[in-house]
Amino acid sequence: MLWMKEHAGDDLVVRGARVLDPAEGIDAILDVRIDAGVIAAVGENVDSNGHRVVDGTGLVLAPAFVDPHVHLRTPGREDEETIASGTAAAAAGGYCAILAMPNTDPIVDTAATLGSLAETARREAEVQVGFLAAITRGQDGDELTEMGELADAGAVAFSDDGVPVVSAGMMRRALQYASTTGRPLALHCEERTLSHGGHVHEGRVAAELGFSGYPSVAESVMVERDLSLAAYEEQPLHLLHLSAAESVAALRRARETGVRASAEVTPHHLCLTDEAVRSLDSNVKMNPPLRAERDRLALLEALRDGTIEAIATDHAPHARHEKEVPFEAAPFGVTGLETSFSVLYTRLVATGELPLETLLERMSTGPARIYGITPPRVVAGERANLVLLDLERSRDVTEESFRSRSPNSWLLGETLTGAVAMTVADGAVVHEG
Amino acid sequence: MSDVGSTESPLSAGAGSAGAGAKHSIRLVNDELRPPGPPPRRHLISIADLERDDVERLLGTARTFESTLTRQVKKLPTLKGHLVVNLFYESSTRTSSSFELAAKRLSADTMNIKSSGSSVDKGESLKDTALTLGAYDPDVIVIRHPEIGAPQLVARVTDAHVVNAGDGKNQHPTQALLDLYTIQQEFNRLDGLHVAIVGDVLHSRVARSLVQAFALVGIRCTLVGPPALLPREMPVEATTDIGVIRDADIVYVLRMQKERMQAGANYVPSLREYTARWGVTPERLRPGQKVMHPGPMNRGVEIDPLVADSADALVETQVRSGLVVRMAVLYDVLTGGPVGVQALAAAEVA
Repeated sequence: MLWMKEHAGDDLVVRGARVLDPAEGIDAILDVRIDAGVIAAVGENVDSNGHRVVDGTGLVLAPAFVDPHVHLRTPGREDEETIASGTAAAAAGGYCAILAMPNTDPIVDTAATLGSLAETARREAEVQVGFLAAITRGQDGDELTEMGELADAGAVAFSDDGVPVVSAGMMRRALQYASTTGRPLALHCEERTLSHGGHVHEGRVAAELGFSGYPSVAESVMVERDLSLAAYEEQPLHLLHLSAAESVAALRRARETGVRASAEVTPHHLCLTDEAVRSLDSNVKMNPPLRAERDRLALLEALRDGTIEAIATDHAPHARHEKEVPFEAAPFGVTGLETSFSVLYTRLVATGELPLETLLERMSTGPARIYGITPPRVVAGERANLVLLDLERSRDVTEESFRSRSPNSWLLGETLTGAVAMTVADGAVVHEG
Repeated sequence: MSDVGSTESPLSAGAGSAGAGAKHSIRLVNDELRPPGPPPRRHLISIADLERDDVERLLGTARTFESTLTRQVKKLPTLKGHLVVNLFYESSTRTSSSFELAAKRLSADTMNIKSSGSSVDKGESLKDTALTLGAYDPDVIVIRHPEIGAPQLVARVTDAHVVNAGDGKNQHPTQALLDLYTIQQEFNRLDGLHVAIVGDVLHSRVARSLVQAFALVGIRCTLVGPPALLPREMPVEATTDIGVIRDADIVYVLRMQKERMQAGANYVPSLREYTARWGVTPERLRPGQKVMHPGPMNRGVEIDPLVADSADALVETQVRSGLVVRMAVLYDVLTGGPVGVQALAAAEVA
């Protein structure tokens, strides 16, 4: 279930934009009229009915983005992010819906905690927000949460994101029980006896700089284990933030044999390699770590061919003082909601490595389908969940420009091309820039 | 030596006025009135920031200083009025003492801050400690810290020249320079020599600085040790075969960091087994083969006491080299130029 603060459906006409909805096969210069938050007409020379008219000439109008993986730090670290600030950041990034992970303080592992989050979201969420609940109580891997009650309370899915489900037996029980709720499991795959103490991908950069290595195989052996269990139990699963070529290969093999597995990848793993760590900037420290170029290329290829169907920011705000320390002392995680489209457009689409249509689909329809959310569509009769993109406009990434409460972006100081001119979430205009 | 935040070759933009002449050949009147900007700061943070010329200049400066050490009065007034802060977050005997003595021999004021007994004990962050010390306008901050990148952070938040005295497992550049100095004194050359580095390379900042330093001056380098202690993808030849050390001109023995070899870590089954298979013993060496060790030594673990005490062990020479090389480093970051006879003579007059 998704929640958003109370809002009226807006009346609006976007005229003359290039309407690009890859999932619907639409790519044409069209007018789109929204009546009270519902798409009323998509066509040529659409009557404006006296609505406000936005000139879309030269702009792209697409289904708004869905981020399947953010950390809103609420409850517990409201100094780093709140539902209000995180959803405002999402609106600025072109998102109509985001899904928040349950590794907060306290962990979202009871219906009471989830209920209070939903309450807050109904009061302050700028875009639609959904919540995942934990797989195990306290995410400590020992006891299953009451998934039935959590699902009834609106949990979108279950995840112990941040930590792996260590025990294979527990993972099997989780797969079995989650099946009764119709909600997928979203898995953080990390074999900690291999990654423990590692800060940087185990490769040349870690060797030269002296960082403890976090090898690719720490992810891929856990991916293989969970895919094997999913195959055996004939249950679906979703793989969070894939980083390694070996994981992609395992996913391909499993899908060929009929395993219902989906996967996501982050903008930073698509754009950066461990070479970025040479800067010692704590804003390129995340879990899983940035890996080698061959991993990046494997992820990009899997995103292009649909093996990976979603782009997730893994937006992970951290307080300034916690990141202003030497690399090894800094926490894992970077923000991403406000830069994801721009950086992927600049670094991958504009360079010819990724078709624009694929990027839009993987940021919207792809993630929505994984979690059973109605995919945003530019089709008459649908609630308006739209993003208007200016592919010509460039922007400087500065701390001042962020709605997020935390400044730990790896893109500070960069100039990016491709800006979000307007976001419409559940029929309401939530961002204009 | 890196001028943090600048992409050009750091030493070419040194405190000397290289390039200034061309840039200001046409001067506007107003420019004369402006106070001159601060010269770019010079740091020694990583061997990776150095060119071969820099290494040769530093070693040359160290040689000049060495010649002064035989005088009756060993103190030079060269850095009089300068403040050198030694900020040590890890225990250290030879590095901290040699930096302190180097600064004193050059007549700099020194302050030694250790993490225990300071505000660090009270949980003060590195940034705040650096800001606090920075308020005294130190000319140089020498820092040792258990975390990689600590020197860069100090360079970012203070105006001091920063010298890295060891950051985590990353770099120990003055150790590498003093080792080059020692090798050059012993062999009268660097180019074409072959050094085998034996032991726990994975956890060794000394090894990381040496690998880069050796590459810079044309020394061939082979890493030798148990598989789990050789980092993957290190850009240099590596082997588990201890037999290859006989082919080297110098065997450089790394300290087995006992604290990292606790039971259960399983880098090696036991120190006993390590010693049996990778210990540097007289039997594994050629007669006359030179042996180095950065200290402190674990006699009977990575190095046989007979080897440690033999005339071919250069360990004490290394310590002596440490003093003059650190004098040269302090001088170099502060002045940016070679120390010539003239500079020394002027210093003596002053």
